[in-house]
Amino acid sequence: MAFVSGLRCRECGREYPGEALNVCDFCFGPLEVVYDYATISEVVSHDRISAGPLSIWRYHDLLPASGDDPVDIMAGFTPLLKARNLGKRLGLNNLYIKNDSVNPSYSFKDRVVSVAATKSVEFGFETIACASTGNLACSVAAHAARAGMRSVVFIPSDLERGKVIGAAVYGPTMVAVDGTYDEVNRLCSEVGDNYPWAFVNINMRPYYAEGSKTLGYEVAEQLGWRIPDHVVIPSASGAMFTKIWKGFNELACLGLLDGVEAMTFGPDQNTVHHPAITTKMHMAQAEGCSPIVNAWAGGQSHVRPVRPDSIAKSLAIGNPADGIYALRVINESDGSAYAVPEPQVVEGIKLLAETEGIFTETAGGVTISALKHLAESGAIGRDELAVAYITGNGLKTQEAVEEVVNPLLVKPTMSSFEEALEGRAAVSQ
Amino acid sequence: MGRQRVKFTFEAELVKEPIIYMLGRDFHLVTNIRRADVGETLGWVVLELDGEKEEIERGLQWVSSTGVRVDPVSGDVLQG
Repeated sequence: MAFVSGLRCRECGREYPGEALNVCDFCFGPLEVVYDYATISEVVSHDRISAGPLSIWRYHDLLPASGDDPVDIMAGFTPLLKARNLGKRLGLNNLYIKNDSVNPSYSFKDRVVSVAATKSVEFGFETIACASTGNLACSVAAHAARAGMRSVVFIPSDLERGKVIGAAVYGPTMVAVDGTYDEVNRLCSEVGDNYPWAFVNINMRPYYAEGSKTLGYEVAEQLGWRIPDHVVIPSASGAMFTKIWKGFNELACLGLLDGVEAMTFGPDQNTVHHPAITTKMHMAQAEGCSPIVNAWAGGQSHVRPVRPDSIAKSLAIGNPADGIYALRVINESDGSAYAVPEPQVVEGIKLLAETEGIFTETAGGVTISALKHLAESGAIGRDELAVAYITGNGLKTQEAVEEVVNPLLVKPTMSSFEEALEGRAAVSQ
Repeated sequence: MGRQRVKFTFEAELVKEPIIYMLGRDFHLVTNIRRADVGETLGWVVLELDGEKEEIERGLQWVSSTGVRVDPVSGDVLQG
């Protein structure tokens, strides 16, 4: 069973039953899941978590859907890799990569969609839907296939062929919208209001977003129930960023971090900050779509929407729903936010691939370039424990790094091979 | 009849314009502001519009044409 007592508006605090709602009827503020932490604290333990499956559902006590029969394609429990080579290059002795690019549909979206799909089944929905430029569409279609549900995915009509195929293979109803980015957003919002579908980031959003907390839980568990000094996280809507922070704080408040005293959750659970959580939260966005970074850099409490123009399409959210909450987390954690210049996005992808053997998509390039900036500026100390989150797979955005393909062309003879090899060696010297 | 929840974002030069009043007057829409914040350099309003569907559509196109940004109330729906 799930320990959910309902939903609460993040702006005015009004409470609602745990239904398929995302916006407060009174002030139109976003709703968030409210948990019965008192009961959770009585049942949750390291042993209980360890005995669970090697997926996000090992943390089912802390998720808003029941773990009894989840829609699970084994999202989560992805590797946390000690990045010795990259660390050496950046002057960091304690650097780890959370490699979430190896999820079943190759991005962190499987975490949030698994929760949303499970909740959709609980609510009795027959159709699950989303609007996406890639990763989310793949994950929704894959989970729907697993659950035996119908799926409808809205995509921009000019989406790259590889991404279209990556989602279409699971058999969704695919709707290609011929319009601007803003028009697609508005249409999908209207569709979400008018059809009895589980739209993962509309009416299912409060539940869906909670899946990202597992990125915090897992890192803590994999580090031996402790938290990093720094995390570097790519951001689009800002939701994942805030949920990783929430995850760390929940673990601390529940007494699940080693050497940390449990603490009572306050009436406003969203702002609970356990004093033991000293992780500095660093946000990474690409310069072509960096509304949250802009607001942080300008010391503003508003996030001014932008029109995305970035190579990092999976981060291209011009009007981030959780922008102001992410800003608060940056400030509360004494973290930072950095907009990576567009040309450095590909540099980041190549740096990670060449040093650690991990091929990430453009969002990962943003993360690694931001990490490099933080290391070079001294914001992350040489011996501090830092974790960089890699949230999507490079196979999804191969066109971004096409120029790396430069094979030696040889005839099928040893002499031709050796001549070409010597030529390449001469060039690289 | 239709109903839509939207967010308008105003740049500084548009903050003084009576956009919401004109939207109601010229497109026969009932405008109901639920939350708003107006600063020196930026202002936003979250509101509900009631009226004929076509008029809501036309009205929002007009608002966009004035330079005011129109978004879904819950932020971008289209995600990566």
